[in-house]
Amino acid sequence: MRATDISAPDYFHKVVDCQWACPAHTPVPEYIRLIAEGRYSDAYMINWKSNVFPGILGRTCDRPCEPACRRGRVEESPVAICRLKRVAADFKDDVSQRMPRPGPRNGWRIALVGGGPASLTVARDLAPLGYHCTVFDGDAKPGGMVRSQIPKFRLPDSVIDEETGYVLSLGVEFKAGHRIDSLKKLLAENYDAVFIGSGAPRGRELNIPGRKEATGNIHLGIDWLSSVSFGHTDKIGKRVIVLGGGNTAMDCCRTARRLGGEDVKVIVRSGFEEMKASPWEKEDALHEDIPILNYLVPVAFNHDNGKLTGVTFQKVKPEYDADGQRSLVPSGEPDETYPCDDVLVAVGQENAFPWIEADCGVDFDKRHMPKVDPTTFASTNPKVFFGGDAAFGPKNIIWAVAQGHEAALSIHRLLSGEDITERPLPEVHVSSQKMGIHEWSYDNDISAEKRFKVPHRDKVVALKDIRTEVELGYDVKLALGEAHRCLNCDVQTVFSNTLCIECDACADICPMDCITFTENGEEADLRSRLKAPSVHPDQDLYVSSDLKTGRVMVKDEDVCLHCGLCAERCPTGAWDMQKYFIETTHAGNACPSKRRSAA
Amino acid sequence: MTYIAKPKFQHPGIKKNALGYSHRDYEGKISTLCAGCGHDSITASIIEACFELSIEPHRVAKISGIGCSSKTPDYFLGNSHGFNTVHGRMPSVLTGANLANRELIYLGVSGDGDSASIGFGQFAHAIRRGVNMTYIVENNGVYGLTKGQFSATADRGSKSKKGVTNTDNPIDLVGIALQLGATYVARSFSGDKKQLVPIIEGAIRHKGAAFIDVISPCIAFNNHAGSTKSFDYVREHNDAVNRLDVLTGRDPIEIDQDPGTVQIVEQHDGSRLALRKLDADYDPHDRLGAMTFLQKHAAQGQIVTGLLYVDPEADDLHSHLNTVERPLNRLEAADLCPGQSVLDRINASLR
Repeated sequence: MRATDISAPDYFHKVVDCQWACPAHTPVPEYIRLIAEGRYSDAYMINWKSNVFPGILGRTCDRPCEPACRRGRVEESPVAICRLKRVAADFKDDVSQRMPRPGPRNGWRIALVGGGPASLTVARDLAPLGYHCTVFDGDAKPGGMVRSQIPKFRLPDSVIDEETGYVLSLGVEFKAGHRIDSLKKLLAENYDAVFIGSGAPRGRELNIPGRKEATGNIHLGIDWLSSVSFGHTDKIGKRVIVLGGGNTAMDCCRTARRLGGEDVKVIVRSGFEEMKASPWEKEDALHEDIPILNYLVPVAFNHDNGKLTGVTFQKVKPEYDADGQRSLVPSGEPDETYPCDDVLVAVGQENAFPWIEADCGVDFDKRHMPKVDPTTFASTNPKVFFGGDAAFGPKNIIWAVAQGHEAALSIHRLLSGEDITERPLPEVHVSSQKMGIHEWSYDNDISAEKRFKVPHRDKVVALKDIRTEVELGYDVKLALGEAHRCLNCDVQTVFSNTLCIECDACADICPMDCITFTENGEEADLRSRLKAPSVHPDQDLYVSSDLKTGRVMVKDEDVCLHCGLCAERCPTGAWDMQKYFIETTHAGNACPSKRRSAA
Repeated sequence: MTYIAKPKFQHPGIKKNALGYSHRDYEGKISTLCAGCGHDSITASIIEACFELSIEPHRVAKISGIGCSSKTPDYFLGNSHGFNTVHGRMPSVLTGANLANRELIYLGVSGDGDSASIGFGQFAHAIRRGVNMTYIVENNGVYGLTKGQFSATADRGSKSKKGVTNTDNPIDLVGIALQLGATYVARSFSGDKKQLVPIIEGAIRHKGAAFIDVISPCIAFNNHAGSTKSFDYVREHNDAVNRLDVLTGRDPIEIDQDPGTVQIVEQHDGSRLALRKLDADYDPHDRLGAMTFLQKHAAQGQIVTGLLYVDPEADDLHSHLNTVERPLNRLEAADLCPGQSVLDRINASLR
């Protein structure tokens, strides 16, 4: 193998699995260390810069970071990254003075359609640079689906108000109750760029017999949740069936339990494991005495002269073809009917752009989705950008934020006269953590603690009031314990082949047997000769240039604890622990491309 | 030294031996030696050898004297018996322990000061008596704990860190061990675990006095230009006569080179040593030949490593003394005292 090029920013970025997995590339270990130090406001600001909504995401994020967390490969559970983010938000001081100020106006005007996380991210990035950002939203308050669809017992309004407030106080204009019904008209107002972050606002229908007749008791999940959020709906029948297995279904069933639903069931086509809902959301539903029934496909709504009486299901079973593709086939057992008073349909969301006229220059594909460049988020109209659910269909908040950043960068480059397809490299800070012979400026003593549970409010109390937040969040002590579980994967093991004397000290001390000194070879061959077997081939090998004896140092990054013992036991300083702080490029901190290309 | 404890986490795919232990289960406390010390590599090699042989830790007694080398038993086999003796007295304590309980595996760990200076006589007699043991000298040629004075194994002409040349003749412990009748004699290098680990395994399985001289560079005081025990010097002058594989049980012998160059040596306990010859003329069964070979190559400035001599039919002190099979420390009064009637009979016969 060729020697690893550690100067390529992606190499060490990938070692920080959580940050690499996060769509917004939040510097996770950095903020977790700050939490451990009790510097909650600093931790919050790192998050705020990267993901804009730490308090919201700390309660609702889909956590792509956690399955990626190295700790999950070393022991049972990853670090509770998401809930530590909430800790930063919960315990921070007043951070309003740390927020950027609206920049001197640069004369450019940006229209943002929809007041959800994607648009607000774009506004957050552009407003401090002097752009005049106008956000249009049909609702009275900003937040989009974050406000309308996430139940208040998971995310209180106060958190949404605070974090959308930080964005609006950057001099962003918010046009409440102003739904855009024509892109053509908007374009005619001569904005310099338009960003469309209008989400995926339409719940998917379930057209089976009885749907029309019993419509009074059949509700589309996301519409029903909005209506509950805004106080238009405050009760539901005693027996409720929720159809669907995603996070919206989990929100529906838990909301129904709080509005008078006593016998609430979730009924899903797929098996329990394959359900789209996050495992912890399923767990929370089960904890609130909501059974989840699997492998049942709804075939008819039963009604008595338009009054819903129940739902009939066909029983199915999974079958796998030669490629491991699953299909659900009828099991042959008799259909089952479950009686109920109301049904909530949460079988998916769809995009809808009836307000974008065909002659706006925005092309759509066969699936009626806008043609959007996945890097620049530009549509076929060079002035119109998309982001969030509006761009590529329903995903999670953190994706909307990440896409918002990219779109903001594109808009900034477009209006600065630069090529939007050229994406500036991230900013990387490298600093040795060495303080003394055996002292490091990070805590390298690995905690053996198991993942700490987040305390929940008593179920009886929680179910009484739909606005009572269920999760209480970590207290300071639990947060400290959980923060210590982080392996500091951003503190990298950096090797120098010219200093190495091949004494084997690092290979001997390494608790995870990551380091091997051996003859070089092709990757597959090298992987077969490591001191400990290579369990995850997707994890990189760090290969040095040739050493004096002609061998190379090979480090399997997979389960490195970043304990720094290799560097402590190295007599020549050939190993060093260096912190890689990687910040993805935002519209604000991007270098102009000319200077970058000269470098 | 390192302040933190070595994390308990293990690689999820870590190898387990026949007892279900990983090599981590054979570790001791974290080393307090200087970073990069050759002794730590020997520690790792002992751990590896005991792991590979699936030795039950409670069946090992590790005995050492004084010095950097003699501190190392604290860093391996944390669940074994241990005795840190007076300076240079490891061989006597080991001999006594071995006589009292012949069932344990005896691992004597010593250094060049401990064995070639203050304990030179002790070393000689334990070897001479054929005590069943693995005697490892971690040989760095200097007194590391007292800041790097030449030890008795330092080569004449080698330079100290301050530039002083050694004018005394060295003691070659391998030569002495051969002369005194050790039945398994090897030399290796801490920086070459591929060679060292099987040599330790072979020594543990050997019945009789097994002696291993391991050149172990002292990073702090003897790893500079002009030293003959530095990493660079040993790597440049290493003349390995053979490579060893230890085969236990019924493992098929896999020979990946010209079969004529592989020699199988069967030891008392049924274990087999597959010796891959690197020097075609070297015969590890020829004690006199080995001594000559060593002297010749030493004169040329070469460091001969490998399994230098082995007597597969060797026996040990217990067979010389014709002791009972049962360990002496388990003999009860009834076993030792024949009783009044026997005494009466003896007395009567003498009247």
